[in-house]
Amino acid sequence: MTTVDNDLKPVGYGRMLRKEDPRFVRGRGRYTDDVQLPGMLHLAILRSPFAHARIVHMDTTAAAALPRVKAVVTGADLAGLGLAWMPTLSGDVQAVLATDKVRFQGQEVAFVVAEDRYAARDALELIDVEYDVLDPVIDARRALDPAAPVIRDDLAGKTDNHCFDWETGDAAATAAVFERADVVVSQDLVYPRVHPAPMETCGAVADFDAVEGRLKLWSTTQAPHAHRTLYAMVAGIPEHKIQVISPDIGGGFGNKVPIYPGYVCAIVGSIVTGKPVKWMEDRSENLVSTGFARDYIMRGEIAATRDGKILAIRTHVLADHGAFNGTAAPVKYPAGFFGVFTGSYDIEAAYCSMTAVYTNKAPGGVAYACSFRITEAVYLVERIVDCLAYELDMDPALLRLRNLLKPDQFPYMSKTGWEYDSGNYEPTMRLALSLAGYDDLRREQAERRSRGEIMGIGIAFFTEAVGAGPRKNMDILGLGMADGCELRVHPTGKAVVRLSVQSQGQGHETTFAQIVAEEIGIPPADIDVVHGDTDQTPFGLGTYGSRSTPVSGAAAALVARKVRDKAKLIAASMLEVSVADLEWQKGSFSVKGDPGAAVTIQDIAMRAHGAGDLPDGLEGGLEAQICYNPSNLTYPHGAYICVVDIDPGTAVVKVRRFVAVDDCGTRINPMIIEGQVHGGLTDGVGMALMEMIAFDEDGNCLGASLMDYLLPTALEVPDWETGFTVTPSPHHPIGAKGVGESATVGSPPAIVNAVVDALRPYGVRHADMPLTPSRVWDAMRGHAQPPI
Amino acid sequence: MQVPAPFEYARASTVDEAVALLERLGDTARLIAGGHSLLPMMKLRLASFDHLIDINDLHGELGYITVTPDEVRIGALARHRELLESDELAAVHPIFRDAERVIADPVVRNRGTLGGSLCQADPSEDLSAVCTALGASCVIRGSGGSRVVPMADFHRGPYETAVGEGEILTEVRVPVHARAGSAYAKVERRAGDWAVVSAGAFVRLAADGTIADARVGLAAVGPNTTGIPGIPAALRGRAPAEDVYAEAGAIAAEGCDPATDQRGSADYKRHLAAELTRRTLRVAVSRAGG
Ligand SMILES: Cc1cc2nc3c(=O)[nH]c(=O)nc-3n(C[C@H](O)[C@H](O)[C@H](O)COP(=O)(O)OP(=O)(O)OC[C@H]3O[C@@H](n4cnc5c(N)ncnc54)[C@H](O)[C@@H]3O)c2cc1C
Repeated sequence: MTTVDNDLKPVGYGRMLRKEDPRFVRGRGRYTDDVQLPGMLHLAILRSPFAHARIVHMDTTAAAALPRVKAVVTGADLAGLGLAWMPTLSGDVQAVLATDKVRFQGQEVAFVVAEDRYAARDALELIDVEYDVLDPVIDARRALDPAAPVIRDDLAGKTDNHCFDWETGDAAATAAVFERADVVVSQDLVYPRVHPAPMETCGAVADFDAVEGRLKLWSTTQAPHAHRTLYAMVAGIPEHKIQVISPDIGGGFGNKVPIYPGYVCAIVGSIVTGKPVKWMEDRSENLVSTGFARDYIMRGEIAATRDGKILAIRTHVLADHGAFNGTAAPVKYPAGFFGVFTGSYDIEAAYCSMTAVYTNKAPGGVAYACSFRITEAVYLVERIVDCLAYELDMDPALLRLRNLLKPDQFPYMSKTGWEYDSGNYEPTMRLALSLAGYDDLRREQAERRSRGEIMGIGIAFFTEAVGAGPRKNMDILGLGMADGCELRVHPTGKAVVRLSVQSQGQGHETTFAQIVAEEIGIPPADIDVVHGDTDQTPFGLGTYGSRSTPVSGAAAALVARKVRDKAKLIAASMLEVSVADLEWQKGSFSVKGDPGAAVTIQDIAMRAHGAGDLPDGLEGGLEAQICYNPSNLTYPHGAYICVVDIDPGTAVVKVRRFVAVDDCGTRINPMIIEGQVHGGLTDGVGMALMEMIAFDEDGNCLGASLMDYLLPTALEVPDWETGFTVTPSPHHPIGAKGVGESATVGSPPAIVNAVVDALRPYGVRHADMPLTPSRVWDAMRGHAQPPI
Repeated sequence: MQVPAPFEYARASTVDEAVALLERLGDTARLIAGGHSLLPMMKLRLASFDHLIDINDLHGELGYITVTPDEVRIGALARHRELLESDELAAVHPIFRDAERVIADPVVRNRGTLGGSLCQADPSEDLSAVCTALGASCVIRGSGGSRVVPMADFHRGPYETAVGEGEILTEVRVPVHARAGSAYAKVERRAGDWAVVSAGAFVRLAADGTIADARVGLAAVGPNTTGIPGIPAALRGRAPAEDVYAEAGAIAAEGCDPATDQRGSADYKRHLAAELTRRTLRVAVSRAGG
């Protein structure tokens, strides 16, 4: 490994160590579970052991009588308060505590508040629930069978398990292109249900002050402001009396976007007992009940000429949304941004139809660093392109190069209506091929094959659409996806920037200080970044979907420019010249042609707050605020190449090399970008090779612990080889694009393509994730099976 | 956070004290060694006991690994990490180091013990397969004294052993032979995962280079770690060769009883039983100097 200097101490962009890391590496992070309040009680939730059952009777007397127990609350109690059901982020409703039926294993049924977490757990075992077990709907393919039991009989008039239909693109035009194409390849693909499994599980501490009518809520949320508004709307507590604090967060990946019943229970618990109440779910609860990801059963079809010009892509998707539609996505996008399934290719037509169904599984649907379903979209297109290469017997790199969009096509309007802001794909692809030594790898593969060894090379090229989003078409439950930002420069020239987004590990306290530093020349170390507290920060929709840099990053740059504009007026008066005579060098204004006549931003800050006159009409102070509404999404892209070896005797897959070339536009802190990419690639190895939330036919979750739901370790991943190209976003103030999820989106197809490429001598064209040894062995014997 | 149900805690400082506590508290009590099998079950509330008797203070008494010319004696409290790091042990039975490299992770290996591993009697447990391959025997002590149970009789079913009420496993004895070799191999879905299948092999060569004795122990292919009795019979007297290993592999595949689960299909596991039997026999023979 080559070593790089990661601490260049830039005043602006460049490599620097993360400002937040000293507190994390020294154990001084402060997470929700670290919050201790005087008199605080502990809450535990009783969960359904069944996937589908009617609640016949519930007896809580024994639990309530246990010493140290302060309250036992059931769905019936919540119904009395009008809180048994709550809205989901997708306009559906979800039970806070089940009143009528349980609809997935692990669903919340009752809760206990006690003096300590032991007593709370002990009391759960004393709650007696009589269930009438019903047939569950587990296989999404059977959900619409006329005989299937109806899961959502809570919805008036509901007689089936249909959730929604959705389509995009032009069905007729696409059909016409397919008609006349030389080659049509079709492939069924499953992107199995996976779970973000953040290291820190979800939890909350609720402290309701009955006298003031004020709620203070520490919670593991990626979107504190949005949560506050929703609590105000649901619980009827006025918004100005709610403070949501999202302290340090141990990983989110989308898992901490929704409002979970547990948060509401903690609030109710505090109201009922008059004490602060802490709820922290355990590992199993997190895995079985909180936001899952994927669960798309897809048919991909691709039409092309015989010499490899891709003409059209068509897909039908069956989406398993679990028991409640809890997908977190902009309202007008029930399938998230799956519409970008046409990928990075210049095609004539595209069409997608989707049917979403309810099943007796946990709700959720957009999570795990997926950029609102772009993971599924990229997997579909990159897998189907490889299937086409297989059928045409064409090198998959060449096939991609032949079809990539050309630089002069940008901004590019895709066949499904997405305006790609910018892109220059071929150099990215070529850089990846050269870093990988692609031709040598193919030669090596041929040699190894002749010796009976199994080696594969997989390629994925992706385009993402991140930075939701323009308020004209993107909102969540009516809240527009614009982001506020405030910047205040103190008299001594130090500053505080207040963000509406919330870091879960992405390094915001560093990146955002660097963005501001680049604009106003105050060193990042002198800029405090405040986030995650609704009382301390302006409104905005939070961090997910790689939106922080595209949206809040733009806000931070623009608010800094506003401050700089004001500083310029003050500088002009300090230097007794006109504004037009000033020149900005990072950190100071000087008089054009007289560099000796200069004032630093620190001098200006002191003047802004100090004695002496300011220019006419100018207020004191040096601060500004902004609300940034992006004009479009940003479209990062990347080319990934994976090399695998497969043990012919055991079918164990080893990822030998992985080359990731990312283009996220302007690079603020390359070290942080690489860290995000490394993490996402590791996620990709997990999804491609081992992760899956599986269910048995009764609906028991088979991934309820980290012994069963496998996450990759350092031993499963190679030394990542990263590279980059830079195609700035034309509409973003600093040209930056999101990158947090790129690697999670791009790596699974690269790895699967590599495994399938390795198995080519066995006649394998496709095998579904997770590619565990057993499943690879099945594929080698011609029995590749979908995982569900 | 997962928290167990209430229990009482006692700490034994000698084997005799542990036995006395076990006798007094009866089946409401459990010994706790490394706790890496017991505590997860208690925290998930799959198991609960009124009393735990902590035997970690017996590490001084039972933490030894003693290698003599004809026998290795390992105290029940020897930790995974000690088995991994013992050069003396690796010199006579490299199978231990092979196995310990793929058992769990450093955190678990720092605490988990040989005794706890064998007594947990998990069907996927690796050290039982090691001990089965080596033809080990177990020393069990109660108030009436000690008895020795061969590995073949130690496991009585999943999570059941020959250790009776009021008894404690104190030692594992493994014979040492000249011209012998051993090896272990495991297929796992991820480092630190339990085995999809694992196999341990032991081979002793006769003066003429033929196989004098060979045994294979398999984990995760039946209700308990399994010795495959057909293999010693089939291999004795044969000259080591690929077709002999393949034959042993076929016997292993046939003789085991795996189930389809999240780790893999029964067919695949049978295949692995054959493949890993072949591989470990091959290495064991070469380590035996064959
Ligand atoms: C994450 C994880 C991964 C693991 N992976 C593997 C793996 O890959 N392969 C593998 O083989 N194991 C694995 N294990 C299990 C690990 O090896 C355990 O440490 C071991 O199984 C039990 O040893 P222990 O000392 O922790 O036993 P404990 O948990 O303390 O006890 C287990 C049982 O044995 C009894 N017991 C303990 N000592 C004695 C004694 N001297 N006499 C009588 N009864 C006794 C206890 O009463 C209890 O019933 C894993 C464990 C974890 C947590």
